[in-house]
Amino acid sequence: MTALWPRIEPLLDRVEKPARYIGMERGAQVPIHRPDAVSWLLVYPDTYEVGLPNQGLQILYEILNERDDAAAERGYAPWTDLEALMRSRSVPFFSLDTHKPAGEFDVIAFGLAAELVYTNVLNCLDLSGVPVRAEARRDEDPIVVAGGHATFNPEPMADFIDAFVIGDGEEVVGDMTEVIGAWKRSGRVGGREAVLHDLSLIMGVYVPSMYEVEYDGMAIREVRPRYPDVPATVDKRTIADLGEWPYPKNQLVPLIEVVHDRLNVEIFRGCTRGCRFCQAGMITRPVRERPLEQARTMVAEGLKRTGYDEVALTSLSSADFSGIGELVSGIIDGQEEACGNVGVSLPSLRVDAFTVGIASEIQRIRRTGLTFAPEAGSWRLRQVINKLITEEDLYAAVDGAFSQGWRRMKLYFLIGLPTEMDDDTLGIAELAKNVVEIGKRYTKAASCTASVGGFVPKPHTPFQWFGQNSSEELQRKVGMLRDATRKGGVKLSWHDPKATMVEGINSRGDRRIGKVIERVWRSGGVFQEWSEHFKVDRWIEAMAAEGLDIDWYTTRHRTGEEIQPWDHITAGLHKDFLWQDWQSALAEHGLPDCRWTPCYDCGVCTDYAIEHVVASPFAPAGGSQGTGQDLSIGGAVPVRFLSKPGAGVAR
Amino acid sequence: MRGEGAFPVRLRFAERGKVRFISHRDAARAFDRAFRIEVLPLALSEGFSPRPKVSFGLALSVGHESIAEYMDVRFSEPVDLETLPARLTAALPEGIEVTGVALLADRAPALQESVTAVEWELEVAKMDESEVSAEEISLRIEALFETKSLPVNRIRKGREDIVDIRPALTRMSVIESGSVGILLTAEIATQPAARPSEVVTVLGEDLRAVRVLRTAQWIERDGNRQEPLIADAARVSEARAS
Repeated sequence: MTALWPRIEPLLDRVEKPARYIGMERGAQVPIHRPDAVSWLLVYPDTYEVGLPNQGLQILYEILNERDDAAAERGYAPWTDLEALMRSRSVPFFSLDTHKPAGEFDVIAFGLAAELVYTNVLNCLDLSGVPVRAEARRDEDPIVVAGGHATFNPEPMADFIDAFVIGDGEEVVGDMTEVIGAWKRSGRVGGREAVLHDLSLIMGVYVPSMYEVEYDGMAIREVRPRYPDVPATVDKRTIADLGEWPYPKNQLVPLIEVVHDRLNVEIFRGCTRGCRFCQAGMITRPVRERPLEQARTMVAEGLKRTGYDEVALTSLSSADFSGIGELVSGIIDGQEEACGNVGVSLPSLRVDAFTVGIASEIQRIRRTGLTFAPEAGSWRLRQVINKLITEEDLYAAVDGAFSQGWRRMKLYFLIGLPTEMDDDTLGIAELAKNVVEIGKRYTKAASCTASVGGFVPKPHTPFQWFGQNSSEELQRKVGMLRDATRKGGVKLSWHDPKATMVEGINSRGDRRIGKVIERVWRSGGVFQEWSEHFKVDRWIEAMAAEGLDIDWYTTRHRTGEEIQPWDHITAGLHKDFLWQDWQSALAEHGLPDCRWTPCYDCGVCTDYAIEHVVASPFAPAGGSQGTGQDLSIGGAVPVRFLSKPGAGVAR
Repeated sequence: MRGEGAFPVRLRFAERGKVRFISHRDAARAFDRAFRIEVLPLALSEGFSPRPKVSFGLALSVGHESIAEYMDVRFSEPVDLETLPARLTAALPEGIEVTGVALLADRAPALQESVTAVEWELEVAKMDESEVSAEEISLRIEALFETKSLPVNRIRKGREDIVDIRPALTRMSVIESGSVGILLTAEIATQPAARPSEVVTVLGEDLRAVRVLRTAQWIERDGNRQEPLIADAARVSEARAS
């Protein structure tokens, strides 16, 4: 092993934020690499500040290092200043924990949270001295793996990744370690093809080179496994009980400021609110709550060990956690021993009075800003997307918040949603203005920021067939909203429609997009989610050079008959359920949350023989959307219920 | 720093090795967390958002090492000074070590205004990696002290100024040949101040600092010079040599 630190150290006096590259955070591990064990380099292909807080990476880092047959280190994409110095001095991409060259690991595994990091994956591989194209790799090259939500459509990255993990990684990494370890100890018998073939037999692993794609013009005719034992459809992997995985146990405490710089405790995984635009909610079903007592312990011990003064209770809709009230007040009240106050943050809050109640408990003192996500500007459109918040809900929540001392509201919206008309779009400005009006009754300082992002249809959602708005159309809508918010105290912020277009190309792209990604990377397009590095022309030129039509991939409405590039990957959701839900969307029909209402058989629980793990049989105060209940008080809706020790009430 | 039943303490700490790449602010946050990890009774400010009463001395630039950093912190009740350095060191990032603590006398003046001089150990080498001798550096130092003014460009908040650092330079001499370049020691005043990088620049535009280590800070009062741990102390406890 060659430690690169002596060659990296002299470069750090010349780069921005050199502490990005030193490692040694509290919680960092210095694993010993044994020749018979499998070494994993877990890479987040963005800057250290963005990548370090990633919980998925930290969970796998711990699970792998607990194994006798594995060792794991971390890596983050070097910023362009260090990259230039590294290239000029032939310093390869390195791990953070022992500054070992990336190319010396058995596995390089990337976390793909979103599409715009794809070109950084190629850059990290190239900096490692590993061929960027999977087909060019030799037996002794690392196995290149990718996981994360974006891998639910793996095809655009199929040329570069040897094996994708689809779904929860906790168990899969163990299975993969065993396969790769056995192959390595056998002297790599059968070569790369043998180990990749074996990996493709693990549930939740997709090896693109085991499949052939046949086209009919632009359409896909067939995706065919190359061996009879390779599954025709790859199922996602799901851990049945989050309570069995209390990770991270030693959350990393960075030495420099990072995004989400606080203790993070995942209180549940999965969400069945059923928002039709939300890929995360569709692909992570069913809901698996962490037992309240375990969540409590993780918060208490985490705060004690890290010294953080803030904890985020993370999930896709944290106010839905059965024990949320108890958990929050326990943290707030149990602070006598701690130095000063502990802050609690709840990302992804619902819009209702219950939420404001929780928020006022949390922010007893500094009540500055509160964020809600109505997502669409009209009730009609919110029925289409199944985000069933009435204007009354929103105004009541906002009134409650302003009356209790908050001054700034932030509202998140999507534009370019299916069936959206200009009236719906303008409804955003209307809602935001009314929020300011309500606030003015309580304080002159009342303000409201409306943050709008262009909608990108995602695979495995009911909107996967929808043709997204062109960047010109999104730009027009942004312009319309700018005009409509010139007066009335509303601040408008928006996501670059050109970036939305590029996300769209990658989100629902097929294998042919791989060459486009490679061209963009070769022309210098890295850190594409950073506006200072993003140039849409690189993508437009690369698409043209490959003879691919942007509209065909993005704005075209897809038919129910055509084979989508990700149809051989499944999150358990039946295609006819998704199609039915798409039709319901067009008919403006909402769908209730199946935690508290009878099962509508989306396919996940029945196919995988798993169920919701929910500690309470009742919808939380605030209610279950679409059930016609009074949303302000909540109600007792029976739930089909998993009997599980430690998970609460059984029936 | 006043307060009923308060227990004001000055800490001296070292920051060496990889951790030198963190900023002054990052170091402050690391101490913040270390106090919480050790559940020390921090005195809090009044008001809407109570903050611990902590104040740092002179900032240490990113990339510079030190064996003489200081900070003042106010506890709400007495803490054991004997064990405090080891407890904090264990809770701090690797490379940050608390080497001494002192109970501050009442009405001790603020650290930042008190320190009058800083001593540095600098290792300088040629930019082009050619050899440089101790004699040559010695001659250059002598020449520096014969000048009346040493103007340098200083960028502050985006604006460029020309600053004379000659009055800040009080003493400089070669120690020995180091592993890469020449090791020298420099004493720089704080009012007006000069940065170690500026000192290297006036020594020669062909030189660069390979290593910068702050070795001491001094408080001079009535012609008497003392290190900050002693200067305002009611009681001092040094960490045992590790």
